[in-house]
Amino acid sequence: MSVPAPDPYPQGGSRLHRADARLKLLLTLGFILTAGLLPDGAWSALILLLSLALSAALLSRAGLARLLRRSLLALPFLLAALPVLFTLPGEPLAQIPLFGRQAVISQAGLERFLTIALKSWLSLLAALIFSAVTPFPQTLAAMRSLRAPRLLVALIGLMWRYLFVMVDSAERLLRARESRSAASPRPGLRSGGRLTWRARVTGGMAGSLLLRSIERSERVYAAMLARGYDGEVRSLTAAPFQPVVWGALIAGLAFYAGLVLLAWLLAG
Amino acid sequence: MFYSPMPMHIPDGFLTLPLALFLWLVSAGFIAAALRRVERDLDERALPLMGVLAAAIFAGQMLNFSVVGGTSGHLLGAALATILLGPWPAVLVMTSVVAVQALLFQDGGLLALGANLFNMAVLGVLVAYTVQRLFQRLVGGKRWALIAGGFAAAWTSTVAAALACGLQLAVSGLSPANLAVPAMGGVHALIGVGEGLITAAALAFLSAARRDLLTAAPGRQKADRPVLIGGMLFAVGLAVASPLASAHPDGLEWVAEQQNFIHAARAPFFELIPDYLLPGIQNEALATILAGVIGLILVAAVTVLIARGRRRAGKTGPA
Repeated sequence: MSVPAPDPYPQGGSRLHRADARLKLLLTLGFILTAGLLPDGAWSALILLLSLALSAALLSRAGLARLLRRSLLALPFLLAALPVLFTLPGEPLAQIPLFGRQAVISQAGLERFLTIALKSWLSLLAALIFSAVTPFPQTLAAMRSLRAPRLLVALIGLMWRYLFVMVDSAERLLRARESRSAASPRPGLRSGGRLTWRARVTGGMAGSLLLRSIERSERVYAAMLARGYDGEVRSLTAAPFQPVVWGALIAGLAFYAGLVLLAWLLAG
Repeated sequence: MFYSPMPMHIPDGFLTLPLALFLWLVSAGFIAAALRRVERDLDERALPLMGVLAAAIFAGQMLNFSVVGGTSGHLLGAALATILLGPWPAVLVMTSVVAVQALLFQDGGLLALGANLFNMAVLGVLVAYTVQRLFQRLVGGKRWALIAGGFAAAWTSTVAAALACGLQLAVSGLSPANLAVPAMGGVHALIGVGEGLITAAALAFLSAARRDLLTAAPGRQKADRPVLIGGMLFAVGLAVASPLASAHPDGLEWVAEQQNFIHAARAPFFELIPDYLLPGIQNEALATILAGVIGLILVAAVTVLIARGRRRAGKTGPA
């Protein structure tokens, strides 16, 4: 499934853009954890979370329509959850013909399925909003100050820095192949010879992409050395949490905890 | 522009929480071990190499070729990274790829990231390394052995990751195991062929263009015994667990009972892929496992025979 590319440099002046990245990261993770902890059929809690996510989306001014369109990304995966409709014991709701037999949809199965669908959609929405309002370097800085391994964060940072360069490179390779092998605009008419030949061409492209990346990494290393790299990745130490941020964090986490508790109490 | 070639990135909300947290712990342990090893063994040049290579593997996943109908073959990259860098750096490279896919592109959930890391960065790399080493042990360091080993490593790591993903979905009670495991395994047995072909061709290209990269790669030097054993254990565990789980799905029995077609039905409707069974063995799971093991032995035997033939041909004729 092809999705529109995310903006690599989200800019914006909303309150959410300006908030502390660590706070946003922790509250997003808390949101996803909360969604995961809710029992089946906790509709009121799920709707509360949805309204929370939608208000954050509106507050971020990142374009609600765009966010919602991208949030459909996980839709194909729902196929994997489809069998719970039939396998969970419970009051039968409906019968549908399936592979020449009657399959029974149970009430509990339907509830479980809808809950899974809603939970995964909410989690995806939260992650989307987070990345829409947080530039990736800030995400990395937040991870670093939350004690993620330094080498790993440095590695991911370096990867991100060259990600769009390499993606452009791959696109050039694809365009070159299309012009060489005369891709037809008519759909269904494939270009190129036999399957193994096509695979070999693609493999050659992958090989040359890797070769280019290895050679680029040698130049990158030389440039890093010239700037005083000695094997240690240095970064600014993060500012300590401000009292306001602490307050917001504690309030947010307490809200999540209360929501989960209440949902389980109501579910009995 | 961005395409998810592998329907294998589990989104949030699908796995049960204990399983997701457990797999987070397991992946974190492996990644911590990889970080320690890389910091100890590799020089400061490794960081830029791994970083840019991770970006290239991410971008390389866009490269595809049409197979039949609308389907296409893709590069996933775990095997290539393993062959080029060795197992531990490859774990870190694939961790970066999967983490960026989750953090920046929301391909796979954040809570489910532990599971995705386990399937694609840990399991995929370990299994690819084991298969590649076994191939080299069998046929030595010839060029074609490197390429064939790359194909096998790529295919096995793809299928292993898919089987693990199917098992995780089944353990979470989403799909009955006899649906999720064969479906994931079957689809990815095909996807793995595309991945294997691209990996093999990429290795052929690299060995023609920069042979030194492949011979000097740390992964080729000395076998990393713990990784080898770990990969083997994972592979054997999956080979045993998948048919066992498929043969004893709990959900299916319930449907069958409720439908009351337990005697009427010859094959329940979830049985999309027929079992590979051996005649004469009563226990279905045992039969499936045995069938798999016999298949493995056959493949190994054919490999050795081909190697023998090649060696003889190399002595008499032009290589």
